[in-house]
Amino acid sequence: MTPAQIRDEILDILSKVAPDEDLSGLEDAKNFREQLELDSMDFLDIVLELKRRHRVIIPEEDYGNLASMASTVSYLEPKMRDIVKS
Amino acid sequence: MVTVDRTASLPDDQRIVVTGIGLTSPNGNDLETYRKSLLAGISGVTDYEIRYLGKTLAGVCKFETSKYQSKKDLRRGTRAGSVGIWAANEALHRSGIDWANVDKSKVGIYIGVTEHGNVETENEIYQIKQYDYDTQFWSHHHNPRTVANNPAGEVALNLGVTGPHYTIGAACAAGNAGIVQGVQMLRLGDCDLAIAGGVSESIHTFGIFASFRSQGALATHEDPTKASRPFDKDRNGIVVSEGACLYILERLSDAKKRGANIIAEIVSYAINTDATDFVLPNPERQAQCVELALKRGGLNPSDIQIVSTHATGTSSGDAQESQALRKVFENAQGVHFNNTKSFIGHAMGAAGALELAGNIPSFDDGVCHATINVDNLDPDCALEGLVINTPKEIGQVRYILNNSFGMLGINSVLIVRKF
Repeated sequence: MTPAQIRDEILDILSKVAPDEDLSGLEDAKNFREQLELDSMDFLDIVLELKRRHRVIIPEEDYGNLASMASTVSYLEPKMRDIVKS
Repeated sequence: MVTVDRTASLPDDQRIVVTGIGLTSPNGNDLETYRKSLLAGISGVTDYEIRYLGKTLAGVCKFETSKYQSKKDLRRGTRAGSVGIWAANEALHRSGIDWANVDKSKVGIYIGVTEHGNVETENEIYQIKQYDYDTQFWSHHHNPRTVANNPAGEVALNLGVTGPHYTIGAACAAGNAGIVQGVQMLRLGDCDLAIAGGVSESIHTFGIFASFRSQGALATHEDPTKASRPFDKDRNGIVVSEGACLYILERLSDAKKRGANIIAEIVSYAINTDATDFVLPNPERQAQCVELALKRGGLNPSDIQIVSTHATGTSSGDAQESQALRKVFENAQGVHFNNTKSFIGHAMGAAGALELAGNIPSFDDGVCHATINVDNLDPDCALEGLVINTPKEIGQVRYILNNSFGMLGINSVLIVRKF
């Protein structure tokens, strides 16, 4: 998957984790929590969805990389580059 | 025997009244619609399909879930939480209480459940089956969704209640048991306002259907509306339903102070145990439970105008409850018997609270709703005063007695009075 495809995938997961939020104006450089009502259970949902959809395992010590869209895509890029977008 | 209604002689701060009722049932999402359906003979049972079991029948609730919950709350929570949140908000709204100015630390939430957690556990196992049962794919939501207090806890979260909240596990006697708990906590001063009753999400677990079927107790009928037929010779089991019914309970002194519309007074209750079998009821113990509730209230059998029966449509259960009721009421005059499950199926943890609610409007309209689908009355279920198939005008209704029994031999009886 390309970084753009990974971003789309994260957006899709966010739309399910935070279904009441408007994601159209999401700023990639800004922390998710500054823009969206997300708590720790929601972040675990993102981790679980990535695991279920793509078998991508994110160790607990790496959770900090999921702070913003930019940091998430950058963290996931090496883990997801060989995944073919279906 | 002379009636000495003991509750009437209690001080107002020990008398507990109902000031609001909120509900969702398979044939109505508010008391007025629900009552109308019961008087019009409208069933709420429909065709239903669930994983592994396939086609069956169920009582399904269709209410506006987004009225009191965000999409995220709905995604995160359980169906039991959701039906409870609906009922609690509706009940509060109808009580006319100034909720914004209520001390939330003095509100108690007491919700009866038959079972809880099966839905979520089945869902999780279904999920991880797709990953060869690797538990790494098990959701972190499983524990908060399945803890036994979940349905009451979700209501507390939704309403911002900081007083006590918990569920009362009491099989199919749970609806009554939830109300009893509310009454007790108000009398003890543990809370100033109780949101109490019962909920059920049971139609979302295939296990409950499969277990009743294995027991030979799952109803089948080509016409879903005729499947739930307590007291009929051709009854063949239970129709599982979902639902919720929560009552706003207050001390009479508090209700009077705020000028509340008082719907009814809880006069008496009793809960006892068969201690004889896991599943089979014990009519002797059921009769003792009814008699204990009457005795505690200082009432005689003839004081009761309506007995809302528990009968679920199983071959032995209906006959045994009838036997118990014949024993208690054999010499009583003017007692009428009906059954709400014949319309909506068995709403499990919500059953007791819903069935009582459907009868409460009798205090105003003097009509006893029927038990429907009795084409051939089983002689073993014959009760003098059983209102069959069409509602009956019975004049002034002062007392309603509500039976609710459950597995492991739990029996509960609640008596309410017109206020």
